[in-house]
Amino acid sequence: MRVPKVFRSPSTGPPIEGPDGSPLLAVAGVTKSFGGIAAVRDVSFTVETGESVGLVGPNGAGKTTLFNCICGQLQPEDGRVELKGTTLGRLPTFQRARLGIGRTYQRVEVFADMTVREHLLVAERARCADGQLLRDLANRSRPTSAEITRVGEVLDLVGIADRAEAPVSALGLGSCRLVELARALVAEPCLLLADEPSSGLDLTETQELANVLRTLQRERGMAVLLVEHDLHMVAEVVDRTIVMDLGAVIAQGTFDEVMADTNVRHAYLGTSA
Amino acid sequence: MEHFLGFAIPGIPYGCTYAIVAVGLVLTYQATGVFNFAFGAQAYTSAFVYTKLVQNEQLPVWLAFLLSVVILAPLLGLIFDRYLFRKIPNTNTTAKLVTGISLFVGIPALLPVLFGSQNQYNSPSILFDPNTVYFRVAQTPVNGIYLSSVVVTAVVLVALVVLMRFTNLGLQMRGAVESRRLVQLDGVNSGRVIATAWAVSSLLAGLAGVLLAPIYGQLQAQDYATLLVAAFAAAAWAALRSFPIAALVGILMGVADTVLQGYLPATSSLSAAVLPSLPFIVLVLALLLVPGMRKLHDDSDPLSSVDPPPPPTTASLRAPQLSRVIRIAWYVLLAAFIVSMLSWMPKTWESVFNSGLAFSTIFLSITLITGMGGQLSLAQATLAGVGAFTAAQLANHLGLNFLAGAVVGAILAAAVAVILALASLRLKGLGLALMTIAAALFFDNSIFSEIGVSHGVALTVANKWVGLGILNANGHNLFIMLMIVLVICLAAVTLVGNGTTGRFLAAQRGSETAAAGIGINITWQRIQIFALSGAVAGIGGTMLVIQQQTVNAMQFNYQLGLAFVVIVITTGVSAIEGAIQAGMGYVVVQQVLTYLPARYGGNGLTFVLFAAGALTYVAHPEGILEYQKRRWTMRFQRLILPGSSSGPPTPPMPGSDNGAKPPISVPSLDGPFTGVAATEGGGP
Repeated sequence: MRVPKVFRSPSTGPPIEGPDGSPLLAVAGVTKSFGGIAAVRDVSFTVETGESVGLVGPNGAGKTTLFNCICGQLQPEDGRVELKGTTLGRLPTFQRARLGIGRTYQRVEVFADMTVREHLLVAERARCADGQLLRDLANRSRPTSAEITRVGEVLDLVGIADRAEAPVSALGLGSCRLVELARALVAEPCLLLADEPSSGLDLTETQELANVLRTLQRERGMAVLLVEHDLHMVAEVVDRTIVMDLGAVIAQGTFDEVMADTNVRHAYLGTSA
Repeated sequence: MEHFLGFAIPGIPYGCTYAIVAVGLVLTYQATGVFNFAFGAQAYTSAFVYTKLVQNEQLPVWLAFLLSVVILAPLLGLIFDRYLFRKIPNTNTTAKLVTGISLFVGIPALLPVLFGSQNQYNSPSILFDPNTVYFRVAQTPVNGIYLSSVVVTAVVLVALVVLMRFTNLGLQMRGAVESRRLVQLDGVNSGRVIATAWAVSSLLAGLAGVLLAPIYGQLQAQDYATLLVAAFAAAAWAALRSFPIAALVGILMGVADTVLQGYLPATSSLSAAVLPSLPFIVLVLALLLVPGMRKLHDDSDPLSSVDPPPPPTTASLRAPQLSRVIRIAWYVLLAAFIVSMLSWMPKTWESVFNSGLAFSTIFLSITLITGMGGQLSLAQATLAGVGAFTAAQLANHLGLNFLAGAVVGAILAAAVAVILALASLRLKGLGLALMTIAAALFFDNSIFSEIGVSHGVALTVANKWVGLGILNANGHNLFIMLMIVLVICLAAVTLVGNGTTGRFLAAQRGSETAAAGIGINITWQRIQIFALSGAVAGIGGTMLVIQQQTVNAMQFNYQLGLAFVVIVITTGVSAIEGAIQAGMGYVVVQQVLTYLPARYGGNGLTFVLFAAGALTYVAHPEGILEYQKRRWTMRFQRLILPGSSSGPPTPPMPGSDNGAKPPISVPSLDGPFTGVAATEGGGP
C-alpha cells in the first residue's frame, strides 16, 4: 500500500496536522494481553503536535507494550490508535514509520554491520521508498549530496559526528543509544517514541540528550512520547506526564501534579507510602 | 477393516522409527536448542557400524549393539557437543544449522572413505527374530521387526516423558535451553546437563538406526536422510515440544504411507506424485499451520550480550594502500587465468575450470540469499535445476536455443523462489531451512524425477541447441560464454550489494525490528532477494548443464543443495569473491582427488573436506577462508605499515602492599573480539 502523500513527513518545518485539527496521536481504549496477563488495559490518551509527553511507571507497567502497539509491532486486541485523525488499524510497522512515527528501543537495536553514518543513510533512504532493485542494477543508488548533507546535520545535532565512521559494534551502549536516536530523527518524524533513551548514558550525556529532545520539540515541532525511569530527565523534557501501573493509566497531568498523586506514590513506593 | 489393517500394520515399524527419531529431535531441541540435522547421519553411522560388526567381524548381535548403539552413538553426541555445539551461542541459529548440515553432509560421505564403499545387506534385528510370526492382528502377521520397533518405541517414549517431566535433570535441561549461562549462575553444571542430553538423544539416533536397518534390504545413507525428513515433519507438528505428539505423528506417517500405497493404484500418476512427497507435504503443512513453528526464532538468551559482535570483513580492515595492491593482484590473476585458458591450459583442466565458472554462478545465488539476505535457503540447487530443466525442456520440445532458454529458466526459477518466499514469509532461521529443504525434496521426488527431460531419461545437450560454436571441442567459446555470464551476474550482485537493497538487507540482518521501525518493508526486501537469487541460480544451472552437456535430476538433488551451502560457507558467504573461491575450489579439489585411489575420489571426500571446513563456522562465521585472509592481511599490513599494529604494552600485575590477598583480583585481562579490543589490560 502506498502511503498517501499528505501524510508524508515534510523535509523541513513543522509536521502536517490532521485534516480536521484532530490530535497528532490518539490512543483509545487500547488493550493487549499475553496469555492470561493483561499487559495494557483500556489505555486512552492523546498527544498534540509539538507536545512532549512522559510515559512513566514501574517496571512491568506496560509502557513498552503500549509503544509496540502504537508503532505496529503488536496488534492490540481492543481499542484503536489514530495518527492525525486516521485510524492505523493493521497498518504494518514500516508504513507507520513512513507516516512519521519514529522509535528508539528499550533494548538497543542497531545494525551490527554498519557504521554510524551508514545507519543514518539507510534511514534517510528508507523513509522515501522500498529498495529499488532496478535502480541498484543501473548503479543509481549512491547517496545523493542532499542525503549526505541531511545526515551530517543530524549527526551534528545529536553530537556523534566525531564517531560517524565508527562501526557500531565498536561503540558502547550510550553511543549506540544516540545512534538509535539519530537514526530515528533523520527520517524527520512528527512523533518520536523514545523508550528509555537515557539508559546507559552518563549524567552529561543525559543532559545533552534532554537538550536535543527539547530543541526538536520546540524548534521543529516534533512531538515526543518519552518512556523514562530517570524522573529528573522527564521533569526537564516533558509538558505532560502519564503514569501507568499494571497495564492501566493511573494518573495524567503535569509532572508535579502526577508526582503528588496518591496512586502514583502507591505504585512507586508500595502501600506504606 | 481387515483390509485396512492389512495395509496399516506394515507401516508401524516405519512409523515407530520415525517416532523415535522425531522424539530424539525434540529432546535435543528441548535440552540444547539445537535442531540436529546430523541425527540421520548419526543413525546411519550406528547402523553402518552395527551391520559391519555383525557381518564382517562376526560379533554377536548383543555385542555389536553395545558397541554401535550404547557406546558409539552417545560418544558421537558427546563429541559434537564438546567440540562444536557447545561453542555456539544460544541465539546463533544459523551456526547451529550450518554445523548440523555439515555433519549431515560429511558423515555419510566419510564412512565409505574410512571403511570402503561395498554395499551392506540384511542387517540383523536387535530384539526379536524378523522371520518369526509371533501373533496375528486382524489376520496380519506380526513378526520380530514389528514387535521390536513397537516395544522399543514405547519404552523410549515413557522413559523420556518421565525424564523431562519428573526428574531434576529434566528440569535443568529445560532451563539450560533458555540460557546455559543463566542456569550456571544458579549453580547448575549446565555443561554436564547438556552433555547428558546429547548422549541420550544420540543414543536414540543409534537405536533408530539399528531398528530401521533390518527393514531396508540394503543399508543406504539416502534412506536415513528420508527417515530424517519424515521425522522433521513429525517433530514440527509437535512444535518441537511434545514427545507424545511427535511420536504419534511419526507413527501416523508410517501408517499413512503404507495405507496410501495399498489403496492408490500402483501405476497411477497420483500415486507417483503423492507417495514420495508425503513427508514434505506434512512438513510444509506443519510449518504453515503450527503456530509454535513460526515462533522458533523468538528464542533468546538473556545473557546474549556477552557474546562478541560479528567480525568485520577483511576488506573493511584493510588499509587503502593494501586494498589497491590486492585489487591489482586480482586483475593480474584474472588476466593470467584468461590468457592461460585461451592458450596453454590442458583440455582436462579447461573443462574443470569451466565447470568451476558455472558452479561459481550458482554459488553467487547463495551469497545473495544467505550472505546478503541473512536467510539460510537449502533449495538453491533446486532453483538451479528449475532453470536448467526449463531450458532443456524448451530446447527438447520447442527447439529453443539454450541461451534463450536460460533467460526463461531464470524467470521461472525466480518465480519459484518468490512462491517459496511467500510461503515462508513468517519463517526464518530453522523454519525457513526446513521449508526450503521440503521444497527441494518435493522437486526431487515429484517433479525432476517425473518430468525428466525425455521421459525421465537424461538428455544430452546437443550442439544445435546451443549454437555459436560454444560446444565445439577445439574452441574456447564455452569458456568465453561462461566468463561473460559470470561477470554479468557478479556485476549485478555487486551493484545490488552496494545499492539500496544491499543496505536495507544489511539493516535487516542487524535488526528486523529496527529496520521495520525506520520504514523498510521487510517482506518486499525478502521477496526481491529471493527472486534475484532464484534467477541467478537458474542461470547458473543452465550454464552447468551446457558445460556438462547433460541434464539429469542427480545434478540438482537436495543433498547437493545442502553441500553447496556448506561449500560456500567454508569459503566465505558474506563476501562476493567467496562464491568464486567456492566454485573454483570445489571443482579443483574434486579434480585433484581423482588422482588418489578410487575410494577417495568423487564427491565423497570433497564433501568431507568442505564439511570439515564448514565446521569451523562456529569459530569463524565469516568462513574459514575469509578468516585466514583477514589474519594474513593484518599480519602483512603490520609488516608493511608498522603504525597499524595495535595494543598497548601489558601493565604489571597488580599486587597489594601488605601482601594480603584481596577478596577478588583481576589480573591484567585482554579480551579481543575478532580484532577489536574489548578489554585492554583490565586490572582491579
